[in-house]
Amino acid sequence: MLTILFDGISYGMLLFVLAVGLCVTLGLMNFINLAHGAFAMGGGYVAVVMMNRYGLSFYWSLPAAFILMAALGAVLERTLYVRLYDKSHLDQVLFSIGLVFMSVAAVDYAMGANQQIVNLPPSLQGRVEFFGASIGVYRIFVIIACAVLALALQFVLSRTRFGARLRAAVDEPRVARGIGIDVASIFALTFAFGSGLAGLGGALGAGVFSLDPTFPLKFMIYFLIVVSVGGVTTISGPFLASLLLGVADVAGKYYIPAVGGFIIYTIMVAVLILRPQGLFSRAGR
Amino acid sequence: MLRRTLLKGAAGVAMTMALTAGAWAQEVVKIGLILPMTGPSASTGRQVEAAAKLYIAQNGAKVAGKTIELIVKDDTGVADVTKRLAQELVVNDKVSVLAGFGLTPLALAAAPIATQAKVPLVVTSAATSIITEASPFIVRTSFTLPQVTVPIADWAAKNGIKKVVSLVTDYGPGIDAEKAFKEKFEAAGGKVIETLRAPLRNAEFAPFLQKAKDAAPDALFLFVPSGQGASLMKQVAEREFAKAGIKVIATGDVTDDDQINGMGDAVLGMITSHYYSAAHPSPENKVYVAAFKKANNGLRPNFMSVGGYDGMHLIYKALEKTGGDANGQKLVDAMKGMSWTSPRGVISIDPETRDIVQDVYIRKVEKVDGELYNVEFASVPKVVDPVKAARKK
Repeated sequence: MLTILFDGISYGMLLFVLAVGLCVTLGLMNFINLAHGAFAMGGGYVAVVMMNRYGLSFYWSLPAAFILMAALGAVLERTLYVRLYDKSHLDQVLFSIGLVFMSVAAVDYAMGANQQIVNLPPSLQGRVEFFGASIGVYRIFVIIACAVLALALQFVLSRTRFGARLRAAVDEPRVARGIGIDVASIFALTFAFGSGLAGLGGALGAGVFSLDPTFPLKFMIYFLIVVSVGGVTTISGPFLASLLLGVADVAGKYYIPAVGGFIIYTIMVAVLILRPQGLFSRAGR
Repeated sequence: MLRRTLLKGAAGVAMTMALTAGAWAQEVVKIGLILPMTGPSASTGRQVEAAAKLYIAQNGAKVAGKTIELIVKDDTGVADVTKRLAQELVVNDKVSVLAGFGLTPLALAAAPIATQAKVPLVVTSAATSIITEASPFIVRTSFTLPQVTVPIADWAAKNGIKKVVSLVTDYGPGIDAEKAFKEKFEAAGGKVIETLRAPLRNAEFAPFLQKAKDAAPDALFLFVPSGQGASLMKQVAEREFAKAGIKVIATGDVTDDDQINGMGDAVLGMITSHYYSAAHPSPENKVYVAAFKKANNGLRPNFMSVGGYDGMHLIYKALEKTGGDANGQKLVDAMKGMSWTSPRGVISIDPETRDIVQDVYIRKVEKVDGELYNVEFASVPKVVDPVKAARKK
């Protein structure tokens, strides 16, 4: 019972780290970036290449995945995404889904289509007993890492000067520019940060899920469910939504395996009918 | 006047070209190989293609006076695309044989085309039992899941395993495996206490594995399609079944030669049953593995590759038997009952069902020269597809 709860929470936490970058770009910058999963996949492959080809430690591959994907995000933001901020949402969707297909084909070409496996360091393998339930060490690691990230994000957005500027830049770009906030560089930084988070999520997830070139397509649904259930105006919304979905998915598949796969979709449909703005969002934005 | 001469000349040239093309076409036998070369089942496609090309390279492109031309098409693992490609190959390219088909739905999608065009369809990979019944032109060189599942169920029952939980992928072959295992195992006195099915596009096996573990069986029986074994085994290892006293057994699809090295020592000692292992100790197989690795940058051939290799062999031998006649009905008739020694052992085509008859091996994962292999330690000779055999009785 407790094991299932923990598995669900760790799965939800992973979903959160994978999806939070999307919440940032979608909620704060009002940009629909379906190619978000491509950054997550990129992070996963960075981890795979570093560990399997160069024999580096898993702990090093996590920051590396973050930094490389953030850099890639920054480059793409400056060269491609920046042209689409004032375009319609349909244009943004078409553009980013195109990027997804390009990334799938590129990774297929470069790395091959087979599943890649990350071999975790021995210190993260095995299980521990915890109040009578046995829990995988790696899952505990994931939960702690993601919880720290979520707290840090919430702090940055709501308590720091950068967070205030970002919120100002999103709500009223013209006024923000007028009072001397450099909106363009704030957006670039935010986008890069979101991409980096996706990369980190991908690297963390590679330890649990399989990694293959269809990863962005496979997980796109999950990102979008998290975002639509949690709403995009806060960090806590997607965070709670991820946990809810993770636990519901794992528990559903455990207790009623026959319909387990449908449970998260049912939750999403129910939420969209009852609270179209998202479960944890303030209405009227 | 000048114009008319020119026209006549052009017409003449066109005529000769058409004639030579026609004469040439009769000397060429085209084989349309439809495989998932991209997408989640791409490893199957690459293995089969590599093996088919290796066979042609080893045996020459000429057989019974005809030149073999292999046309490889990528169906990306989508049934609609398979059907369209099969149609194009038959109508536009005028292929004499269709081959390949990585997944059951793909083979079933192409079956009506084989029937209508009277073109033999050699299934080199897909493994649901019913496939060969979809068209009288289908011949199979891979395996059926019940065929490789029944021996492991038998082995489990004979080796002190009483209670089993099965976990399979929720699609045709998975359900075939689940049923075959349950039937055989319960007939032998065991009990399958829980049958779990995970969705085909599934990332998280944790809840299913936890449920299996909580049911505290003697053994957990697994099946996932080729190419997905690695992620499953990673999560199996994480759950530490061995510590809970639960054996993990599977069909050989899970400990796929293509991926087993990446699974790590967690799979050591795992018992599986299948029709091919790269470690099969026969001289034919040693030659095959060495040649395959040499031609493919060190890639280890898996059970899909040997299906492709034998598929090509079957087509070659059938053409020899018909004296180069590529008529569909004649080719299929020639294929029926054919028997030969393949890298996997002696195999034959059942003349009634057009399905493969082969030895199935029980294997254990062991370390050989620093690499993980499925080492065979027992075999069940000449296994026919149990589903069709049961129906005949």
